Amino acid sequence: MVQLNTKIGSLELKNPVMTASGTFGYGTEYADFMDINRLGAIIVKGTTLNPRQGNPYPRMAETPSGMLNAVGLQNKGVDYFVDHIYPEVRKIETNIIVNVSGSCIDDYVQTASIINTLDDIPAIELNISCPNVKQGGMAFGVKPESAAQVVSAVRKAYDKTLIVKLSPNVTDITEIARAVEGAGADSVSLINTMLGMAIDAEKRKPILSTITGGMSGPAVKPVALRMVWQTAKAVKIPVIGLGGICSATDAIEFLLAGASAIQIGTANFIDPSISEKVIDGIADYLQRHNFNSVQDIIGALE
Amino acid sequence: MKKYQSDMVVVDNVMVGPCATLLTLQYPGTLPDMVAGQFAELQVPSAKVLLRRPISIHAIDRDKNLVEFIIQIVGEGTQSLASAKTGDVINVLLPLGNGFGYRSTHVSRPLLIGGGVGVAPLLFLGQDFAEHGIKPTFLFGGRTENLILRKDEFMKYGDLFMTTEDGSAGEKGFVTNHSLLLDNEQFDRIYACGPTPMLKAVARWAMEHEIACEVSLEHKMACGIGACLCCVEDTADQGNVCVCKEGPVFTIDRLKWFN
Repeated sequence: MVQLNTKIGSLELKNPVMTASGTFGYGTEYADFMDINRLGAIIVKGTTLNPRQGNPYPRMAETPSGMLNAVGLQNKGVDYFVDHIYPEVRKIETNIIVNVSGSCIDDYVQTASIINTLDDIPAIELNISCPNVKQGGMAFGVKPESAAQVVSAVRKAYDKTLIVKLSPNVTDITEIARAVEGAGADSVSLINTMLGMAIDAEKRKPILSTITGGMSGPAVKPVALRMVWQTAKAVKIPVIGLGGICSATDAIEFLLAGASAIQIGTANFIDPSISEKVIDGIADYLQRHNFNSVQDIIGALE
Repeated sequence: MKKYQSDMVVVDNVMVGPCATLLTLQYPGTLPDMVAGQFAELQVPSAKVLLRRPISIHAIDRDKNLVEFIIQIVGEGTQSLASAKTGDVINVLLPLGNGFGYRSTHVSRPLLIGGGVGVAPLLFLGQDFAEHGIKPTFLFGGRTENLILRKDEFMKYGDLFMTTEDGSAGEKGFVTNHSLLLDNEQFDRIYACGPTPMLKAVARWAMEHEIACEVSLEHKMACGIGACLCCVEDTADQGNVCVCKEGPVFTIDRLKWFN
């Protein structure tokens, strides 16, 4: 039996496979298709202080080996989460991590302090990289100073595991990663979506209501892998890798590049039981290569 | 209703119109419960296409565990599904969404309005009405005669009226111009599926004549199970909701089309 468990700061995961925020609902949406309790963690939909309606339809465009989305953080707000969603998701037998977003620093701080009071939420993922909102979101994550500012403010209000989700829409992602590490982050997850665009030539109009949107899926994987490799060398805190992972082999590539855990995003839309297959596939790989533990392959690129 | 992910085998895939096929898939085992108006997410055989395609359930055969779909060829994904051969395997999620609310309502004179490939879920619905001793009326619209699909199948369950834009079949014009609607007393509920402009015209007519009406929306989807929040429609009661999960069928009073 191979050991699949891994750690993100003080957070213990039974295996390195998490599901990415915004692609797995609150977990329960997938319960008919797989055993969601087997996951290392579920990162639930981006949550903000106040309810958000998100952007108008159309919010999605399929692109070669990928897709663009412009959801815009639609959610019912943190109070609704606490009253209606938390009582349900706390029953799931894995780590439930809340992705927290905001328009200003105070929004992030207030939301994080509310989540901090929930016993069965062991971590948050701070989203400073959403490309689909007018205020806040990615704006915080593209400069080291503002990234450090929001992380440091949340750090004071939040005492459990703090993961910061980074944007790939920057010149040097390691610079941002080092800044948030310095501000007290326990881990960084990367990459969020890449800013993209799709046009309907027949109609001579943009496809998305917001014109631009966030690109995800297999097409972004090489970029994500490169950024995870660079970041893992640049910081001491654990890195969580994501971006186009569709198979166990993809996941293993991220682990080899230095990720301590991985997230599956867009692939959940293609195969709703993919994350379970990735867990099994990692175990098979470790056995096949005579490794005892997933720790043996983290950063083991030769 | 519990959802399933299953490898289904292509039993048959034949052209039923100028750019549409009837795809019949075999479910391995007893067919799960499903109702008219629900849909399935079909994985596309072509490696060029990433996302599944949401397709209405056209008809089911509970004895043989078969599900039928109409595949209208609009792009690479549907082209690939339309080209699937007997014996091919297609991974399917089903049944998804909420169907027509006909089982909880007391309907005796239903009018089923379809436009283009939007007729697809109305065969399942018409069949179900017929099995419950209710004879439905079908009113279908299309650009031209051969774009109105599977007329003979529908006529097994009820009367079929048509409109075409070129006058090649039925009355010339749009469904809402059909003389059938001059006597608005004869129907107690309308079920409609088709292009949005048609649905809006039907909804407006139904509202003006105070006839209950349900419409099935066709939004672009990614996941099909309410996780990605891509396929939203604005509703009066809950704001943006996922068409895949809350719908695809909505009673028109929930939609914010006219305000």
